[in-house]
Amino acid sequence: MGTEMSNKSKGRFGEFGGRYVPETLVNATDELEKAYEEAIQDPQFLKELAEFLKEYSGRPTPLYYAEKLTEELGGAQIYLKREDLNHTGAHKINNAIAQGLLAKRMGKKFIIAETGAGQHGVAAATIAARLGLSCKVFMGEEDIRRQKLNVFRMELLGAEVVPVSSGTKTLKDATSEAIRYWVSTVDTTYYMVGSAIGPHPYPKMVRDFQRIIGDETREQILAQTGRLPDYVVACVGGGSNAIGMFYPFVEDENVKLIGAEAAGCGVDTDQHAATIAKGTRGVIHGTMTLLLQDQYGQIIEPYSISAGLDYPGIGPEHAYLYASGRAEYRSITDEEALGAFRLLSKVEGIIPALESSHAVAEVMKFAPTLDKDKIVIICLSGRGDKDVTQIYERDKGGQSND
Amino acid sequence: MIKESTGAQLIQAAFQSEKPIFIPFITAGFPTPAASIDIALTLEEAGAGLLELGVPYSDPLADGPTIQTSSHKAIAQGVTLPKVLEMAKEMRGRGLKIPVILFTYYNPVLQYGTEKLISQLEDYGIDGILIPDLPFEEAEEVNKLTEQNGRSFISLVAPTSQQRIQMIASHAQGFLYCVSSLGVTGARSTLDDSVVGFLDEVKKHSRVPVAVGFGISRAEQVQLMAPHCEGYIVGSALINILLKNEDVLKDELTREQGLAEINKFVKELQSGLS
Repeated sequence: MGTEMSNKSKGRFGEFGGRYVPETLVNATDELEKAYEEAIQDPQFLKELAEFLKEYSGRPTPLYYAEKLTEELGGAQIYLKREDLNHTGAHKINNAIAQGLLAKRMGKKFIIAETGAGQHGVAAATIAARLGLSCKVFMGEEDIRRQKLNVFRMELLGAEVVPVSSGTKTLKDATSEAIRYWVSTVDTTYYMVGSAIGPHPYPKMVRDFQRIIGDETREQILAQTGRLPDYVVACVGGGSNAIGMFYPFVEDENVKLIGAEAAGCGVDTDQHAATIAKGTRGVIHGTMTLLLQDQYGQIIEPYSISAGLDYPGIGPEHAYLYASGRAEYRSITDEEALGAFRLLSKVEGIIPALESSHAVAEVMKFAPTLDKDKIVIICLSGRGDKDVTQIYERDKGGQSND
Repeated sequence: MIKESTGAQLIQAAFQSEKPIFIPFITAGFPTPAASIDIALTLEEAGAGLLELGVPYSDPLADGPTIQTSSHKAIAQGVTLPKVLEMAKEMRGRGLKIPVILFTYYNPVLQYGTEKLISQLEDYGIDGILIPDLPFEEAEEVNKLTEQNGRSFISLVAPTSQQRIQMIASHAQGFLYCVSSLGVTGARSTLDDSVVGFLDEVKKHSRVPVAVGFGISRAEQVQLMAPHCEGYIVGSALINILLKNEDVLKDELTREQGLAEINKFVKELQSGLS
């Protein structure tokens, strides 16, 4: 019977996930789910997506044996999955291309996206330009101030950057404002979520669009070494590069999965984004997950040197992998991430994004303790060019304080 | 022994009126908790049939700039869900008779404890609860708990609900909240004429009274919708009046002046109904 309570909660990862959105959006998320399920069964869609990923973004990205870093740390063999070599400089483009094609397939001509530092905003603007879609990117005023160049990049690509002045004017508020705008324009607009967060089907869909990272990695390590790795490490904000990397390894019980989250100034200060270490169960942006909140359920503003990890929640599938014990999450401070940023630049000639530097920093801690026959793979989710100005100014500031 | 009426029954009774009833929304604790008590009593005096008492939340996804502003100001003063419950109790203590609906996002409910909150609503004089980010599919537990405790869980339907209208309407408790148009809360100067057809469609399926909200700010809009609904909810337009009179409302000595403005606004809004 159509009116029975048959329409149960969907998109669960254990007790996490689901769809906590205003009624106005429920049908839109249903339609999106249906369109997405159909698309990934359609050989034509998959072919077009594969072509875009290859010809436009430059996939497959290499799995690179970091010989110098391995020597420097003196323990396990370290490999880098070079997502930084993607078009636009990060893994974000994988998801943006796929969702862009999906939006087009659904007949939507308007795309909206949220962005923190601007990486997802740039990826969304890029694919919108290529597919001839109109694109609005919601960005907190504070982030606009910090990331002027990325704002200009998005504008060059033809997108409109919408300043968000509510709350603390950062990623959390940009996401809330994008959802509010979507509520108003849901009949014509496609919301391109940038991470494995939000209401069902986004966490599952974004994972599936990012799992190419892990699928390629698994194949490449088998081809290069003839065996699976012992550790796979990725940074976690919302967690899209990490879930894309982890997912194809979840069934491989001997592969340890480690997420590196941002401890900012330290998990025992009030300046961090360590959602797993310090978060509790609740609902944020339409999904049940772990989040930083006070005892009354008000969401607490996070902090990290890396704008891409500066989010008070985490993708619900990570909350589940953590709760089930399949993956482990460790906290990395700003200082540790900066150390990794400098080390990788110096020994490998690769400047990592500050986000990815958190994963490198975690490996710097435990790789030296491992035998030389162990294999560790780091997801190098993005390149650090975007962070160079910030670090230059920080260094300058530091010197003038001496 | 005669059992006292449950909250659900009181809500039903509130709709026993020839004219559609006026349902104001206020952000609890804005501009101050003490002012909220006086504002609630003023609204009842001015003809409100039911009160929606909003728990201020840090990230209100369904709300526009007006209610975001009042919410952040209330939070900045330390207003929390437990404090809102105390405010409701105090409103009862001061003589408020009309049913009260607690309006809250889901996360504060989760942290308080869903079962604990719903079983305590009666003690605080609260008759129903509305959770804007808890759609039908996620609401099974809350639905059950409100029923067990004689409270109403108020559901929403939107212009985009389409085939969901029947499913939601046939399970509705208390009254059914029709979202007038796409978008978040906020006063709109015009409402699309299609709202009338939407209300009629909902009424066809609903077993409970139908009230309309989102964007209502003027007497002409109330007049237009009156034949098609049993109640109308006014939030942002009222909060705008509170924001304009924030300073006089805060101060106990000048509060009467602000309350008079509220009274004037409500009277004007209802003036189109004969």
